[in-house]
Amino acid sequence: MDQIIVQILNGLDKGSAYALIALGLTLIFGTLGVVNFAHGALFMLGSFCAVILSRLLSSSHEVADPDRLDFLGNPAMNKVFYVQDIFGEAAGAAIMDWAVPLAILFSIPVMIGVGFIMERGLIKHFYKRPHADQILVTFGLAIVLQEIIKYFFGANPIQTPAPEAFKGSLDFGVFLGYEANAIMYPYWRLVYFFFSAVIIAAVFAFLQFTTFGMVVRAGMADRETVGLLGIDIDKRFTFMFGLAAAVAGVAGVMYAPIVAPNYHMGMDFLVLSFVVVVVGGMGSLPGAVAAGFLLGILESFASMPVVVDILPGINQIIIYLVAIVILLTRPRGLMGRKGVMED
Amino acid sequence: MLGLTKQDSKLMLIVIGLVVFAPFILNPFPEGSAMAQFNAGYPDLMQRFVIFGIFAIGFNLLFGLTGYLSFGHAAFLGVGSYAAIWSLKLITLNVLPGIVFAIIVAGAFSFVVGYVSLRRSGIYFSILTLAFAQMSYALAYSVLTPITGGETGLQIKNTDNPLIGGPTDGSIGRANLFGAEMGNSFELNIGSWLFTFNLGYYIAAAFMLVAFYLSIRIFRSPFGIMLRAVKSNQQRMNYTGLTPKRYTLSAFVISGMFAGLAGGLMVAMDTQVGPERMFWTASGEVVIMTILGGAGTLLGPVLGAGFIKYMENIVSKINKDILHEWFAFMPDGLEDAMVAFVYPFIGKGWHLTLGIMFMLVVIFLPGGLVEGGQRIAAKFRRTKNAETPDGASKPAE
Repeated sequence: MDQIIVQILNGLDKGSAYALIALGLTLIFGTLGVVNFAHGALFMLGSFCAVILSRLLSSSHEVADPDRLDFLGNPAMNKVFYVQDIFGEAAGAAIMDWAVPLAILFSIPVMIGVGFIMERGLIKHFYKRPHADQILVTFGLAIVLQEIIKYFFGANPIQTPAPEAFKGSLDFGVFLGYEANAIMYPYWRLVYFFFSAVIIAAVFAFLQFTTFGMVVRAGMADRETVGLLGIDIDKRFTFMFGLAAAVAGVAGVMYAPIVAPNYHMGMDFLVLSFVVVVVGGMGSLPGAVAAGFLLGILESFASMPVVVDILPGINQIIIYLVAIVILLTRPRGLMGRKGVMED
Repeated sequence: MLGLTKQDSKLMLIVIGLVVFAPFILNPFPEGSAMAQFNAGYPDLMQRFVIFGIFAIGFNLLFGLTGYLSFGHAAFLGVGSYAAIWSLKLITLNVLPGIVFAIIVAGAFSFVVGYVSLRRSGIYFSILTLAFAQMSYALAYSVLTPITGGETGLQIKNTDNPLIGGPTDGSIGRANLFGAEMGNSFELNIGSWLFTFNLGYYIAAAFMLVAFYLSIRIFRSPFGIMLRAVKSNQQRMNYTGLTPKRYTLSAFVISGMFAGLAGGLMVAMDTQVGPERMFWTASGEVVIMTILGGAGTLLGPVLGAGFIKYMENIVSKINKDILHEWFAFMPDGLEDAMVAFVYPFIGKGWHLTLGIMFMLVVIFLPGGLVEGGQRIAAKFRRTKNAETPDGASKPAE
């Protein structure tokens, strides 16, 4: 029993990342009808927002120390961080420690900007072209983005630690009456799960309860009629693209402490997120979220030793296997809308 | 000639000429000169040109004609490679049976994958092929290790004991064709130029010419027209009483067999194989090759394959020092600025150039480099004889 709980917990954080990326992908597909292969790259860019901010915050200058001399007899140099100059010793250290959560604030405007530029500059011209062309051009864009990142940050993963307060693990089993150390769960993964739940809820609430969201949903259902009512639906859809980019971005920021950001992490996630979207059903937001968590948990169950003993290798292929079965038996995916890409 | 129209025969002859004289054409710079690093006429790279040419020609038969975008084609190349290496290890060191096995096994595998994947189209087809390829990769990497050698892959070892004609002195066997080893080369020195004629290259090149010929014949056949019909309007085909699936599945299997042939040839040349050959980025590479060169054109895939392999092997080797040499004629400040500007795009950053070029081609030149060449040629022709406008534009083939 405790094994099952461990696997569910393990699946949750990966599932949250899948769900967040898949949510953005579906949002773009449902509004603009574009298959965005560069979405993984947006996730990667978000991760690097965390890297950039933590580097900016820990930038320092050197000040001569009057009390100490180095071995040549010159005054020794002390590293002084700019944030500590500005905010004082303790507050500065705290800010540096909390770089990753702070990077969320930094990444949202950046990612919305990136999304706007992408949509207005490139994707706008591809609405009328076949899906294959959209896949190809965004695939090319993903390569370009990751190569740019590689040029500036190198090919090696960059460790980006979580704040000190979230290091260590929560002894989850104790709450459920198991003995200590039976079910351990790192704090940051728990944070990631709750964070993604909040983001998902916020996106749904935005679409469900605001006038803007209502118009967007109407546009998703029938773009032409909404246009005839005198609403500039294109502008709203562009904003939705920016929002989807921001969702992928913050998903990346928060994921940075779990997997050290590297330039090809986007591609690794992209393939799986596409499978998630297809399993959930093209254009269905709840489907994408449900499938994200479902596949994340399935994946961690499949890697249990008991399961691997019976079906060797199943942990490697479970997601693809599920995708193939779903695609062949339920052409619309789990919760796909009728009439959306049913060919 | 051989059932080709006059124009196609001309194209075929040009390709034959280029392939046969490639050791000359690709080595235009004398040994030891500053430009010698741009010489691509060494056997290893020439073999890759033609082998990936075959791979891309096969992919083009599927994507260029039917419009079905497969993101898992590397799986067939990988499966073909494994089949070929087992033939070398167990049956004989002669490469011919190995290549035949590679084609058969890849064909059978692509039939299974195609039969399932072709039940859907559009992006779903892409995802299905991708899923199959990733599954093959993951399995080859982990569970199937007894068959695939796992992470280390398979090589010919001195413990291998093929049924026919293995080495008796305990040395590592070499792949051969009726006794002539793949690595055999004939070197020709003319002045300061050095040309290498490699047996392996010419064998691979012969296969590529056959593949190219087959692709011309398929493009011009009623079957090819049916495949184009699938691309332009599948529904109408259904209403006419035809079953598109039969045609798409045949195209899928044919292109899978081409991939298997490429995989078999790769093994024949370097006698090793690893699972990374099946990773989805390898599938992405053949997509890029075909589209960069020109999907749906005859020559495009070969050009694209050559272009990418040239960049991967030659352009990627340019480093900062070489750039400084090039721009040495400029004033120092300008030189540094030029180097700083150019450097991100070449050397290790060649992927960036590739990505940008790929995007530009998808956006502006749906017919790829071939279409670009035709447009430029057409422009020149128009300026030359502006009085006699030539209305009949040639199709992009």
